[in-house]
Amino acid sequence: MIANYGYKDGSGDYFIAIDTDKCDGCKDCVSACPYGVLDVGPDQNDPLSDNEVAFVTEAERKKIKYTCAPCKPMTNRPPLPCIASCKQKAISHSW
Amino acid sequence: MVEQQRTELWRWTESRWMNPDLDWRGKLITSGIDVGSVSSQAVILTDGELYAYSNMRTGVDSPDSAMKAINWAMENTGLTLKDLAYTVGTGYGRVNVPFSQRAITEIACHARGGNFMYGPTVRTILDMGGQDCKAIHCDEKGKVTNFLMNDKCAAGTGRGMEVFADLLGVSINDVGDLSLQVDKEPPPVSSTCVVYAKTEATGLLREGWPKNKVLAAYCSAMAHRIMTLLERIGVEEDFAITGGIAKNKGVVTRLEKEVGIPIMKTKYDTQIAGAIGAALFAKALLEKTKK
Amino acid sequence: MITMGIDLGAKNVKVVILKDNKIVAKSNVLAGFEVKENAQKAIDIALKQAGISKDDLDKVVSTGAGEKLAPFYDETKSIVGCDSLGAVYLHPAARSVIDVGAEEGRGMRCDNTGKIIDFEVNEKCAAGAGAFTEAMSRALEVSLEELGPLALKSTQDIPMNAQCTVFAESEVVTMVHNKVSKADMSKAIHDAMASRISSMIRKIGFDKDVVLVGGVAKNIGFVTSLNKDLGLEVVVPKDPEYVGALGAALAAAGWKGGA
Repeated sequence: MIANYGYKDGSGDYFIAIDTDKCDGCKDCVSACPYGVLDVGPDQNDPLSDNEVAFVTEAERKKIKYTCAPCKPMTNRPPLPCIASCKQKAISHSW
Repeated sequence: MVEQQRTELWRWTESRWMNPDLDWRGKLITSGIDVGSVSSQAVILTDGELYAYSNMRTGVDSPDSAMKAINWAMENTGLTLKDLAYTVGTGYGRVNVPFSQRAITEIACHARGGNFMYGPTVRTILDMGGQDCKAIHCDEKGKVTNFLMNDKCAAGTGRGMEVFADLLGVSINDVGDLSLQVDKEPPPVSSTCVVYAKTEATGLLREGWPKNKVLAAYCSAMAHRIMTLLERIGVEEDFAITGGIAKNKGVVTRLEKEVGIPIMKTKYDTQIAGAIGAALFAKALLEKTKK
Repeated sequence: MITMGIDLGAKNVKVVILKDNKIVAKSNVLAGFEVKENAQKAIDIALKQAGISKDDLDKVVSTGAGEKLAPFYDETKSIVGCDSLGAVYLHPAARSVIDVGAEEGRGMRCDNTGKIIDFEVNEKCAAGAGAFTEAMSRALEVSLEELGPLALKSTQDIPMNAQCTVFAESEVVTMVHNKVSKADMSKAIHDAMASRISSMIRKIGFDKDVVLVGGVAKNIGFVTSLNKDLGLEVVVPKDPEYVGALGAALAAAGWKGGA
């Protein structure tokens, strides 16, 4: 499953996509994110599965444009820590 | 089929349905309760078959709304809460359904419920609710394969439409039909943000635009906005729309034109998809634990 | 040399007239729906105040969202450029400028001549602009002027979940229903707005001094929340809503800082 967490508002599209088929629930992204945007737990959108997968925390889903902003400076942008930490390449950002 | 309707002058029409040909006695009874920000639904299944449902406005709090919805669905059936073998709550107030055994996201429930309502060929489900908009891809079993949900911004949700209905003094039930009564389609309202769109609409009214033309401009802006949201995950056939705005012909007709794919029809109330999915999960979870 | 700057914002039209780089007149008129007529009104007021006629103007620069709607002008210049020019003129140490207007929030970094290095604009979403506090004041039934000072009386932090102005309106109505104090709600409103503005600024980075301009800069509740969020004291010039128009007039005069 591709789980797109985030939103679209007048100013643009802000989604973090997690490929739950690739995600192995290792939690590397959870410790890599400096702002606690990600967490790992039972797949909320596949209630019959017992696998644990990464997701964007409920509180952050409506404001990732703002929370993720410090990791996305306008110039000299380094690789995003969440994406860099994911060995399975299961995370992507839309903006 | 016995259809009962309660008409409210304010906002949309509540509904209740039951299947008189089914007898629940001796069968496995599961239920699903969808407590949304604007509406709440209760669905009762007997051995996985649709037995009864209710669809009403969400009241002051979630537990109360859940109770009212299930009581209305059970009305004149002889069923009591004790007869429900397993109940799953879903929607915005899902963790506050007092008689439920589990809460499941509306994404999972809409996919499952959409699969039941529209059949196994449905691949894309768009749910336009009171305070959110969800685009879901699912497989032939109703399992989610891709989704996105927008509940951060009121544009493209029922709330946005309510704001417009309020501004123009038009009942939400009439918005769709009125918006289609234009000779020529006006350009859509250009602001996405509901606050700015409202300012824009006020300007249009001052310029002398009639109400239906302003509504047409807003419905087409909303259709376009939902289209751009859908584009993120793409639209795969077959395509179905659930939720309250599915009843707004002004938005649906325009969206169908933009997407270029026919929208599936259903005999069910489009607002009960989430609750059906929840009731189906209730059955599946019960069977899983028994194994 | 006499120059005029016109800033046609989403809500107000501001006009500033400079004589040899000194402010001699300024005016502020609601834009309403007849923007052109109201812009003319603002210009007439300013001209009268300066005791001059239109023909005495050497150059006129128009800026803001409705810059093209000015009844007359020689040039248009971007609002971010005008903001930074105006801010550096009023506060020479300004290196970062935040402008929160009625329908737009902007952040910019500039050099000592007011030249833009980097900028970011939050438009098309009311949650990051003055329209947000305005809608909240209506929902709370507190005037916009009282809303800011009210936040200072808050005794506890309450979170605001909604990120959308429309949803926040419903949230505020529910809170009023649940008897949450208006002071605490007011603080929650300003904290929410400040966090959106500060993250926009963090995106481009900020250098001291940080100058806050635009109409919302007069809202003490917002300024307090923003200071706390950024961890510094922003500088708010006198008459912050005129800074864009001032910058436009400075641009018309060819002012390049350090005068």
